Amino acid sequence: MSTEPVLPELDATGLARFMWRQLTSMRTALILLMMLGVAAVPGSLIPQRSQNPMAVRQYFIDSPELARWIERFSGFAVYSSPWFSAIYILLFISLIGCVLPRTLEHFKAMRALPPLTPRNLSRMESFQEFKGNGQELIDAQAWFKKARFRVRIEENNISAEKGYLRETGNLLFHLSLILILIGVSVGSLFGMRGEAIINKGERFISVPTSYDTLSFGKLVNEDSLQPFIIEVIDFVAKYDALSNAPQDYTATVRVTNPGEKTSTVKTLKVNRPLTFGNTRVYLQANGYSPIVTVRDSKGQVALQGPVPFLPQDGNLRSIGSIKVPDADPQIGFVASFLPTFARSAQQGGISVFPEALDPKLLFSIWQGDLGLDSGAPQSVYRIDTSKMKRVGLSSLKPGETFSYPQGSITFETFVPWVNLQIVDDPGKSYALYGAIAAILGLLASLFGRRRRIWVRITSSGVVEVAGLAKNGAPGLEAEIQSFVKYLRREL
Amino acid sequence: MQTTWAYISNYFVYSAMGVFALSFFAHAFETAWAVRAPEQSEATSGSVLTKTLDYTRTERAARIATAMMILGFLLLLAGVIARGISAKHVPWGNMYEFSITGALAFTGAYLVALRKHDLRWLGLFVSISVLLTLGTAVTLLYRNSSPLVPALKSTWLVIHVVAAIISGGVFLLANVIAASYLYLESMESKGERKPWAKRLPDLETLDQLSYRLVAFVFPLWTFAVIAGAIWAESAWGRYWGWDPKETWAFITWVAYAAYLHARVTIGWRGKRAAWLCLFAGSTFLFNYVYVNVWGTGKHTYSGL
Repeated sequence: MSTEPVLPELDATGLARFMWRQLTSMRTALILLMMLGVAAVPGSLIPQRSQNPMAVRQYFIDSPELARWIERFSGFAVYSSPWFSAIYILLFISLIGCVLPRTLEHFKAMRALPPLTPRNLSRMESFQEFKGNGQELIDAQAWFKKARFRVRIEENNISAEKGYLRETGNLLFHLSLILILIGVSVGSLFGMRGEAIINKGERFISVPTSYDTLSFGKLVNEDSLQPFIIEVIDFVAKYDALSNAPQDYTATVRVTNPGEKTSTVKTLKVNRPLTFGNTRVYLQANGYSPIVTVRDSKGQVALQGPVPFLPQDGNLRSIGSIKVPDADPQIGFVASFLPTFARSAQQGGISVFPEALDPKLLFSIWQGDLGLDSGAPQSVYRIDTSKMKRVGLSSLKPGETFSYPQGSITFETFVPWVNLQIVDDPGKSYALYGAIAAILGLLASLFGRRRRIWVRITSSGVVEVAGLAKNGAPGLEAEIQSFVKYLRREL
Repeated sequence: MQTTWAYISNYFVYSAMGVFALSFFAHAFETAWAVRAPEQSEATSGSVLTKTLDYTRTERAARIATAMMILGFLLLLAGVIARGISAKHVPWGNMYEFSITGALAFTGAYLVALRKHDLRWLGLFVSISVLLTLGTAVTLLYRNSSPLVPALKSTWLVIHVVAAIISGGVFLLANVIAASYLYLESMESKGERKPWAKRLPDLETLDQLSYRLVAFVFPLWTFAVIAGAIWAESAWGRYWGWDPKETWAFITWVAYAAYLHARVTIGWRGKRAAWLCLFAGSTFLFNYVYVNVWGTGKHTYSGL
């Protein structure tokens, strides 16, 4: 004999309805909420491509096998991975399925009268009775009106209710979360983000080719770029003499708005971005660009200009490469720039202060194939020296020249560079309004107290008062006490 | 001048530690001697030995303990303010400064809650954890007072950090109460409470209290996260970037949201709720300790 339970057959609609109920149940929502929290963890432990692409590359070099497995589960881009998206999309569907019906219900409840007074008030909370004088219902009306209760007035009783704000706040909070999600989505679909390094004295024209990195949302492209111009007139960095920590970065820029002839001079600081409509420009990082002149053996200039170097530590020891592809054979300099030079027994040349008090350019000279023609992307700060041969090694102060058999290099001087981040996020104001509404809703839902108070005069002239506090809201007892005092004219 | 104020701040912090130590001993004395040894008459009169709980005997010790706690709070407050004067900015530039302010917030949360609820029994734990925090701060985390880095120069530093530190203090207090709940619950499940624990509040009260604290401070934590997002937008060009600190703030938020839903909507009480509360609080601690000290990302202001 079979003991298997017989399940009722479910047709397609039945199944869909069953799934929908499951998804919108509070238990599922709670599980999804906890899953979202857990799913956010790996992204804080594994380097993420969106924040630290260098660390991800290093991870692939250090442990390639593990990295491949992590990559298979989108571990280097957790927050845009299918599984992370699946959790929050399900959570939001569940939330909508829960909140929308409740909103309709709440609207109905707000227009309806409070429920009828229960027959037996002595069973309710804070029950009290006293001998009345017949005026109590009129007094009660006045009190309820002053305390802004909603009332249902019957022949010998009043049912009053207050505290709908609690549910209003609760719904507002959850609806605002949806608004925040919309803001985030609008930002990622229609937004733009780019970065550019600009030397002091140079002009940046916001066209796609000027950017070092540039990315667009899925629904916009290069046409949406605002063609403004920024010229970096000056950049000043101040450092604390004791701790070497930066104190202030100030860039003075000349800004020309799209379509305008006149330009304005503005100050750009950390925490104080420039704004062009929806686009904002941030001062993100800074460093030094040595200005060098490289000549070939005949004394012809093969390369001249500032070359941005990448800072490596708090004292701005910077590394960089000077590539001279036009020389034959090609020449490259693997270099470091030390703003305040000092010699350390272990590390060799180091910098001991971020300001350029005693700048020095250290370099080795390489001859051979720079690998620029292979088409493979390579860092502007590094040189692949595997197909090259070292032909010299030296260090220079500003103004000095070093000659080697294939030519010479002059370290003319140096300028600071700034890294500007240019961001267009059309969704952020939605997210902000959503966040403000969420806090207001949260306050109302956590501190709002929903309660009912009833008053009845029995046929024998006894006044009965009782109440009910929803969700164990505190303070009903005291409120009823003061209500009764008022009715008994003790106030 | 700058260093003078830093020295003054250090003296205040050290004095506060001494006073908190006194408070700890007074609390310990009070906890240990509140139970009177059985008297001869009681021992012979019945077959069961009964111990009398006599709080009046140690009332004076308890009062001293609380007075020391208040004095410690004031000294620490002076220390934090002097630190701020020495650096000419709000003293939240590195881990040492976060820690002394955090200890101040925790003591403050306890003292405020003490006015409304009978929490004196918790003083033993509060004083020792504040002592440990300050001890770690002055030995391992101490850094010379220095100016703020440019990224921290913003009004949002005050708004965001005040909200986060107060939330943290209250979250930890709720955690301690939830932990006491679990401890007393397991004691009760084995039989009666031990004599010293008899005067602690009943389980229902502890359960309610930890919930009330979380419900009270959850909007403030939400605000702290949002204020951080607004600041991040003006400092780093994005309001949310899944930086480790942001991620863990989000995890803490989600965990407490789950706790509130579990209580209000599903009706969790007691043990399960207490465990969930502890879990949520530990995500906050993890964020404070791990992300500040070993973490990467943009919130690396610990100065370590």
